[in-house]
Amino acid sequence: MEYFLELVLGGLTRGSIYALIALGYTMVYGIIELINFAHGEIYMIGAFTALIFTSVLTLLGFNEIAVIVLASLLAVIYSSAYGYTVEKIVYKPLRHAPRLSPLISAIGMSIFLQNYVLLAQTSDFLPFPNLIPEFEFIKPYRYIISSPEIVILITTSTVMILLTFLIKFTRIGKAMRATAQDMNMAMLVGVNVNRVISITFVIGSALAALGGVLIASHVGQINFYIGFIAGIKAFTAAVLGGIGSIPGAVLGALILGLTESFATGYVSSDYEDVFAFGLLVLILIFRPAGILGRVTTKKV
Amino acid sequence: MNTILEVKNLTMDFGGLRALDHLDLNVVEGEITAIIGPNGAGKTTFFNCITGIYNPNEGEILSSPPGKKRKKINGLKPNHVTKKGIARTFQNIRLFSNMTVLENVMIGRHCRTSSGIIGAILRGRSTIKEEKDVVDFSYNILKKTGISHLVNEFAKNLPYGAQRRLEIARAIATEPFLLLLDEPAAGMNPRETRELDELITRLRDEDNISILMIEHDMKLVMSLSDRIFVVDYGRKIAQGTPCDIINNPIVIKAYLGEDFDA
Repeated sequence: MEYFLELVLGGLTRGSIYALIALGYTMVYGIIELINFAHGEIYMIGAFTALIFTSVLTLLGFNEIAVIVLASLLAVIYSSAYGYTVEKIVYKPLRHAPRLSPLISAIGMSIFLQNYVLLAQTSDFLPFPNLIPEFEFIKPYRYIISSPEIVILITTSTVMILLTFLIKFTRIGKAMRATAQDMNMAMLVGVNVNRVISITFVIGSALAALGGVLIASHVGQINFYIGFIAGIKAFTAAVLGGIGSIPGAVLGALILGLTESFATGYVSSDYEDVFAFGLLVLILIFRPAGILGRVTTKKV
Repeated sequence: MNTILEVKNLTMDFGGLRALDHLDLNVVEGEITAIIGPNGAGKTTFFNCITGIYNPNEGEILSSPPGKKRKKINGLKPNHVTKKGIARTFQNIRLFSNMTVLENVMIGRHCRTSSGIIGAILRGRSTIKEEKDVVDFSYNILKKTGISHLVNEFAKNLPYGAQRRLEIARAIATEPFLLLLDEPAAGMNPRETRELDELITRLRDEDNISILMIEHDMKLVMSLSDRIFVVDYGRKIAQGTPCDIINNPIVIKAYLGEDFDA
């Protein structure tokens, strides 16, 4: 039973990180119907930025908590700037181009960012300090859940609640939903659509960077390639839940996380990806639009 | 008699097809102006040019909101045209169907409000006040358009007549000085049409919104409009009061075709 619980919590932790990244995919898709393949790279840049700032801040003698908060914050801001810029340079000029062009452009951006980090940093795995302190109260339960896992779970659920609130109730959230439903009409009632798209990219990038910092400090090492793998997983999660749907992305990510966790725990960690992508194949066969995706009938 | 919208020499080509051909048109403050014409005459294209969906090939569109300077608005993006005070509705209803009635109207307030993402996160006093004002304002508009009992329904679940009203409500939430209505009475039964007639008159008289509308329901056009423009093949073929138009032989010819005996 304890083992089962450990797997569940481990799966939820993993799933909530996937969710943070998947939200960026699904929000961007919901608004401009583009798979932003450079999104995983933003996550990777978030992790690298956090590593750099952590080293600098530790050298300057800040205490542990200050380092983790400041480094995360700076990583989020820095990555958001990347997300914003990527959208302006790579996607905006192609807004009215056929759908394949921005897709290719996204893949190009992804390769560019990977290699940029490879050249600017290194191709080796870099050790990432464990930023999250060991809590006292968790000691009795540490066979089930670790401190970093608790921090990840709490942070991600808080962020998701905030995001839901932002989208459901605020002015900018309404503008985002309106743009997603009918971009031209949104413009006609006075919504600055370009601004809404920028904000969507910024929010998505901020979430991805946060995911990057959390997972890097949990796993303990990063390199320029982590964005690709995490990106593929998060994309799978988004498709699983129904791309374009925000609750769908979270649900898909949690299911994916749990599947991987159980596969690792009961079968073998070698089969982790087999189960994850096998699940994706099954869902796509029986529910092509994803679990919560809208089944759209094309008008002929 | 202030002219609030002046269209000069407007021409719009789609490849080899000339949809609008040197069209001139004026809208006078406080009037209800109607554009009529056979199907495919270019009426909706004309609206699309004014609201910034199309950029016309030739000509000028000048808007002069009451008390403000005259400005050229062709070439502006749709959201900027809306911000300048020109709102519109569509021939085929285009609501945000998965949002509630209230939210649809609140979206119309977007260009008149300013709180951004920082405000949304910090939730300062001004943000909260702005949100409350928007809700109150929107609710009043719903009352005025007679659909306030439906506030929390999804737009897609509304009956047809109410959806048309909601489109108008969303448009006037942007506080326009000029409202463009594209076939507002299409598909309405006689009673709904009569109510629409009242609503449009009230918008003009109580809210000082001038109206420019495209409409095929001649009874509505004749009873409502102060001035009518007749368009055919992208050209203006006649203009005048309802009385002038109804007796104009050119108009009759455009609508009914040439009389064989004549």
